[in-house]
Amino acid sequence: MIRVRAPFLPALLVVLAVVAALPLAVNNNSLREELFLMFMLITLASSINIIMGYTGYVSFGHIVFFGLGGYFAFYLMQNFNAHFLVAALAGAIPASAIALVIGVPILRLRGAYFALATIGINEAMRTAINNFEPFGGAVGMFFNFSVYDTYGGARNAALLAYGVMVVVALATVTTSYLIRRSKFGLSLMAIREDQDVAMVVGIDPARAKVVAYVISSFFPALAGATFFFKNGIIEPGVAFDLLRSIESLVMCVLGGTGTVAGPIVGAALYEWLRGFLITTPALANFQLFLAGLLLLVVVLFVTAGLVGWLRNRYPVLRAYIQ
Amino acid sequence: MRGITVALALIGLLAAACGGTTTPGAGTSGQATVKKDLIIGFTASQTGAQNVASNKQTEGIKLWVDDVTKAGGIKLKDGTILMPQIKSYDDQSATDRVQALYTKLINDDKVDFLLSPYSSGLVKAAAVVSEQNGKVMITAGGADDATMEQGFRNIYQVYTPASKYLTGAIDLMLKLDPTIKKVAIVNEKDSFSTSVVAAAKPYAESKGLQVVVNQGYDTGTVDFGPFINQISAAAPDAIIGGGHLPDGTTLAKQLYEKKVSARFVALLVAPPEPTFADIGEAAQFIVGPSQWETQTKYSAEAAKTAGVPFYGPTGADFTTAYKAKFSAPPSYHSAGGYAAGLTLQKALEDAGSTDPEKVKTALDKDDFMTFYGRIKFSTDPKTHGKQIAHEMVYVQWLKGSDGKLATQIVWPAEAKSADPQLRK
Amino acid sequence: MSVDALVPSAIDGLMLGFVYGLAAMGLTLIFGVMRVINLSHGPVIALGMFVVYVLFTGAGVNPYLGLIAAAGLGILFGVAIYFVAVDRIINAPELTTLLATYSVNLMIVGVATSVFTTTPRAVDISLGSVGGSGVTILGTHAVAVAIAIAGAALLYAILFRTRIGKSIRAVANNRAAAELMGIDSRRVLALSFGIGTSLAMTSGALLSTLFSFTPLSGATYEVKSFVIVVLGGLGNPTGALVGGIVLGLLEGVSTVFIPVSWVPVLEYVIFIAILLVRPTGLLGARA
Repeated sequence: MIRVRAPFLPALLVVLAVVAALPLAVNNNSLREELFLMFMLITLASSINIIMGYTGYVSFGHIVFFGLGGYFAFYLMQNFNAHFLVAALAGAIPASAIALVIGVPILRLRGAYFALATIGINEAMRTAINNFEPFGGAVGMFFNFSVYDTYGGARNAALLAYGVMVVVALATVTTSYLIRRSKFGLSLMAIREDQDVAMVVGIDPARAKVVAYVISSFFPALAGATFFFKNGIIEPGVAFDLLRSIESLVMCVLGGTGTVAGPIVGAALYEWLRGFLITTPALANFQLFLAGLLLLVVVLFVTAGLVGWLRNRYPVLRAYIQ
Repeated sequence: MRGITVALALIGLLAAACGGTTTPGAGTSGQATVKKDLIIGFTASQTGAQNVASNKQTEGIKLWVDDVTKAGGIKLKDGTILMPQIKSYDDQSATDRVQALYTKLINDDKVDFLLSPYSSGLVKAAAVVSEQNGKVMITAGGADDATMEQGFRNIYQVYTPASKYLTGAIDLMLKLDPTIKKVAIVNEKDSFSTSVVAAAKPYAESKGLQVVVNQGYDTGTVDFGPFINQISAAAPDAIIGGGHLPDGTTLAKQLYEKKVSARFVALLVAPPEPTFADIGEAAQFIVGPSQWETQTKYSAEAAKTAGVPFYGPTGADFTTAYKAKFSAPPSYHSAGGYAAGLTLQKALEDAGSTDPEKVKTALDKDDFMTFYGRIKFSTDPKTHGKQIAHEMVYVQWLKGSDGKLATQIVWPAEAKSADPQLRK
Repeated sequence: MSVDALVPSAIDGLMLGFVYGLAAMGLTLIFGVMRVINLSHGPVIALGMFVVYVLFTGAGVNPYLGLIAAAGLGILFGVAIYFVAVDRIINAPELTTLLATYSVNLMIVGVATSVFTTTPRAVDISLGSVGGSGVTILGTHAVAVAIAIAGAALLYAILFRTRIGKSIRAVANNRAAAELMGIDSRRVLALSFGIGTSLAMTSGALLSTLFSFTPLSGATYEVKSFVIVVLGGLGNPTGALVGGIVLGLLEGVSTVFIPVSWVPVLEYVIFIAILLVRPTGLLGARA
């Protein structure tokens, strides 16, 4: 169909880039630190959205790729003095290869069975690495601080990590957009609506799902590599934290699954809300309760998420917000 | 009853005030005094898995600030008076949160000095940020050796490191019963407990002990039944290890229920906690390492014997003031928090300035005793800032004359409040 | 390592398996009737522990009486959770119900940790032990097995001997058809959620007499319940009991052959393998 589209993607990327540049322009390190986390969450939520929102597969244990990417990259930096950028890429590739290997069998499962299997895989990986001595076992691995000298000191290394995280987030969002607008994306959404019908119209669901799964594993792996590079320490419990996995699902739902902007809005909102709850003394004690309550309200009454709700409420927005 | 409490509180306050004013360097000559705020930043886990111990640590820090304020601030040689102010946030026991909040403390709140959050993992995360920004941080609540072997230059640890947690227990055990030969080492498979055991095992072997079982169990293990059968089958004379609170408590309970005959059992973290008494008889004779206990007696005399100065309040003064302020007895986490504050206070006085470089020089030179024990930091570049003088004390759950179980200090010999006993 | 430990460990594991099984029956019942994976399962188990703890330390109530209170409260609480969080979205895709029950999880954990803190608690109860020559059976464990079996039997009596049980089975089989037969499916669903929650709280109450616990302890049992439910077949209460026993035995026996820290790895690998090879579980889904 030939129609002038609103330049959604360029506009979105420009907005994100401006936000990302903000802390550098005003030289505010703590804002930069908060945005580092936010871009990480955008990456996680947008990646999950590819397999969950578009394809309809609830990958509960998606954080496993964040952990694996982190571990592989850390191992390379620690033992072979690999440069961070090289290590991050070299770490994300085997993580995605693992996604391919496990994706083929587990994507045959549907619904709740798939969700349970992904939890099992994350937990199996966590407990196995807890026993895996080359990766430091339960103690994990840690850098000597002098590692950061290569990058011009720890401060510059943190700056580099921020830059990389922003680029990873923008790449994730771009990929997410391109998939949604592509024929491949259409076949994913067809699978989401009805796998059997999808098959009838000539889609190979097994193949499409695995491709989507592998793509959605690549960006969390890069984010993991970046996060643990900056962190300086990696441990099994922090790397394969199921809670972080669930949080990224929550962000997706908050913003609206299956939309490009949804996970971004969700991640930003979730982060802001958490910060607000923590720093408001009167609410700090009840923050978990309030977080739960809010989630319940969204799940019960705003099923489509914020972006989805806006699109439904004001159909004119549909051309502008994907 | 109420009257007594109030009276006790007053005595406590008075004692604390006296303790505060005995700080050296308090008398300044007739220079004009300038009052300045000294902003001290840290995060605490008000929620999440670490909230209990972390609150205790925060209370220790708050008491220190109170004491300093009552004593009229920290007086520097040039006449400046520093009034400590706390800036803190809730870190939810989460590492990524800690890093963001420490960056905020340094950059937005412009804190002068940092104290650490509680628990090894969070301390590590905070240390990285404070090192990146060149801020001095005194850590309490982090005993991990690895943290202090990362080549940091601005981090100073007041806790005895993990590697020494059980070596003293082995000394105690052999002193108590030299015929003990076979020992089982069982630990939670997490970073902290694994580091403890990694040091305890070679130490046990160097003492001629035979390690008959050496296994880690997963964090979150609830049933130790089969594992204990395994241990029983190896018939050890002693069992050392453990991990954190829930697993340590259950392990002790099941060792008792399963009538494991080991003569000596030492577990990490759980035994010094008051709720360890929930398991009743099973708690009896269990030994545990602690950074500090209310019965610990480090005094000016002990300092004199060791040839170092004594600094800050006495243990009794600290305990009384603490109880008065928070209506609960202090734990070693509280003492650690207070000691971190004292360490900073002494370094500021010695440096006569808030200049980080001068404070660091003072900290590097420090060797002194407080109610919490002796404090001295490693200056070896590889382990810079690691605590090398503070000693663990070991508590044992024993029945008093009233038949009630309570913890007593049983080691080191010079600090003991009761004689250690073998399990029966 | 030591085969001497084989028999006692097998017995220990077997006994604990019954309690695991009871907890998992609650999870599987809810799934079987309404296709909802209840992510508030773990915190509910922890609540059962704290009902016993509060009654025991506060009023000196015998833990086994406390257990009855926990079971009763469980029904009420479960019905409440159903109407607040599940009823409105009962026909939504699984992500929605997963997140709705997860939000209940957050709320319970939030309140429980601010009330009870995360300091571990224990209920100090001992019923002696019998045995010798390496095999010791603890009184508390033996009673736990008996109560778990009684609980399972009671569930079966309700499901197969009562009118309401018949409606529950009808709704589980085909909700639309059941409604046509004049069954008020909402009431049945709410009651099923109540019974499931009650089973979880009862098993929590039993666990409190065996091990120490915190408000966060439920998470461990929740994950175990997932493994058990998959072993036994999602939605199949008999399967859950059998799965519990299998998991208990596995935990007990495997410590003899592999290092303890590898046991959870083995559990999860079996879990994934069963999902892939035989997703209906060892006994087949749904009784």
